[in-house]
Amino acid sequence: MVLIFAETWNGHFKKSTFEAVRYGAQCATSQGSKAVAIVVGPCAPPVESLGAYGATHVIHLHGSDRFEPFAFAAAIAAVAKEHDATHIIVSGTANGKALAGVLASKASASAISNITALPTGFAPLTVQRSAFSSKGIEVCVSDARCTVMVLVPNALGAGAAGSDTAQVEDRHISFEGKSHPGDAQVASGSIPLPEAERVISAGRGMKGPENWGMIEELATVLQAGTACSKPVSDIGWRPHSEHVGQTGIQINPQLYIAIGISGAIQHLAGVSGSKTIVVINNDPEAPFFKAADYGIIGDAFDVVPRLTQALKAYLSN
Amino acid sequence: MKILVCISHVPDTTAKINFTSDSSALDGNGIQFVINPYDEFGLTKALQLKEKHGGTVTVVTYGDTRVEQTLRKALAIGADDAVRLDGIPTDPMQVAGELAAHVQSAGYDLVICGQESIDYNGGIVPGALAAHLDWAFVNACIGLTLEGQQADCLREMDGGKEAVKATLPMVIAGKKGLVEESELRIPNMRGIMTARTKPLIPQPLAGTTPASHPASFTKPAPKAAVQLIDSSNLEELVRRLHEEAKVI
Ligand SMILES: Cc1cc2nc3c(=O)[nH]c(=O)nc-3n(C[C@H](O)[C@H](O)[C@H](O)COP(=O)(O)OP(=O)(O)OC[C@H]3O[C@@H](n4cnc5c(N)ncnc54)[C@H](O)[C@@H]3O)c2cc1C
Ligand SMILES: Nc1ncnc2c1ncn2[C@@H]1O[C@H](COP(=O)(O)O)[C@@H](O)[C@H]1O
Repeated sequence: MVLIFAETWNGHFKKSTFEAVRYGAQCATSQGSKAVAIVVGPCAPPVESLGAYGATHVIHLHGSDRFEPFAFAAAIAAVAKEHDATHIIVSGTANGKALAGVLASKASASAISNITALPTGFAPLTVQRSAFSSKGIEVCVSDARCTVMVLVPNALGAGAAGSDTAQVEDRHISFEGKSHPGDAQVASGSIPLPEAERVISAGRGMKGPENWGMIEELATVLQAGTACSKPVSDIGWRPHSEHVGQTGIQINPQLYIAIGISGAIQHLAGVSGSKTIVVINNDPEAPFFKAADYGIIGDAFDVVPRLTQALKAYLSN
Repeated sequence: MKILVCISHVPDTTAKINFTSDSSALDGNGIQFVINPYDEFGLTKALQLKEKHGGTVTVVTYGDTRVEQTLRKALAIGADDAVRLDGIPTDPMQVAGELAAHVQSAGYDLVICGQESIDYNGGIVPGALAAHLDWAFVNACIGLTLEGQQADCLREMDGGKEAVKATLPMVIAGKKGLVEESELRIPNMRGIMTARTKPLIPQPLAGTTPASHPASFTKPAPKAAVQLIDSSNLEELVRRLHEEAKVI
């Protein structure tokens, strides 16, 4: 069977969870096996709703309300062993990435991360992944009986929700972690970058942190996440958590708008998985134009506010 | 305190990536290899911890003789000694198994990895290593202070951060923030000279079997030429984003 880690945040499913469930269900269908989702801790929406994305069963584990990699890995590995799971699907969120290696070891599984497509074979499991910071595509083959598969968030899509509900089994277990999570600060209202469908990103061309108002306004209109180039976070204009690129966060949004960013190879390495790239830069020679779908040669301070207006006008129609 | 820094030997971030003509592997011709950028943060952190709490900093890479230049650089930056696990890894579970065998044989209080290697972008090794050792694990670690055996970590989460406490020995996987960019150390002349005489010891593998293997590598299809839109006609961009790209 295919086991899917259905991650929650604050008692709600993450968006990437639906994508992971759909992926797991497709893998299960291809092999004539079952897709079972595993939910840990409090969850406000009815967990049977994961049936809408193809899970036939949900195992809901009670006894922990905080993510801890060892505790979660041990609980998930125990279920995987009990059901002789052949695939364990995890979305590559922050928690998913923290979990994957520990889980693979506990489940005596192999681990394939950065997956960007459905498997092309199941005996043995053969699947495409992104490598060399999006500069290469690797076809990877698992040599183990069970494989932990880590998906690139946003790369695959959840598809439309159906109306099926899954059969639920509740279990109360004790979780044993090795570390103690304490205070957490999460910026309220902000969209986590790996999950954002649209990202507005700006670079040194913005001249200073005081000019980010127009970037945030554009992001608000498009319900987008905000990102920046590395030097911008290094000088402290924006927080580290917004730094995208080879050494920052890697993203695959539907739409990436890069403003005042030159398009250095290290920057492109983290964003070239974006479906559509728009570049706004006043230098027609900026390398980013070579990686863009749409380009506007112009001064950001002139173009961005007008683009925000044009989008507002369009969206209100 | 004994600290181990696990170092991946990876193509420089500016490298143009090509694969061999049979698509089976990276074509290393003309590529400069460097310390994985995430591991540079870890190495600097280890040296700072040593200065504060005393002890030693060992660096380890699982790779063939080609990785020795990268280990020498780590020695020049300030590591006390280096270990090379002699072989060519093909799978993260194998790397984790071999690193675990080394950690168990040598005994360390803290193992510092990077969040991922920028070559295969696996991000699997550190967690699997921690599980092998049965030590606490903090991924995406952007802050670490030690007091005795007690570690206070800061971990990056989606859209935020959380504080995590753990007891040594433990494994962390670090990234920028663990130390700042400006604190990163680079080798100086004296470091380069002394690095030549520091121990760099090849060690035989324990014999962990790989759990996966690469079948082929290709490059993504090149992007079509950019469509330039006049900056006076932003309505046209909006229309295309809706009708052509279907992203709004
Ligand atoms: C090991 C290593 C790792 C790295 N990792 C990353 C990474 O992960 N992410 C990353 O981003 N970088 C990374 N870099 C840095 C990268 O090489 C570039 O230096 C960086 O991306 C440049 O940032 P930028 O485009 O904001 O600034 P610049 O290169 O200074 O470009 C600013 C751009 O703004 C344009 N501009 C100026 N004024 C205006 C205006 N008024 N309107 C419109 N456009 C304007 C300019 O034409 C220019 O193209 C890394 C570098 C190294 C060595
Ligand atoms: N061959 C290797 N030798 C030593 N350490 C490694 C090796 N591969 C990975 N690591 C460590 O594991 C981290 C994450 O690598 P990866 O899981 O390969 O993305 C790296 O930053 C290193 O600290």
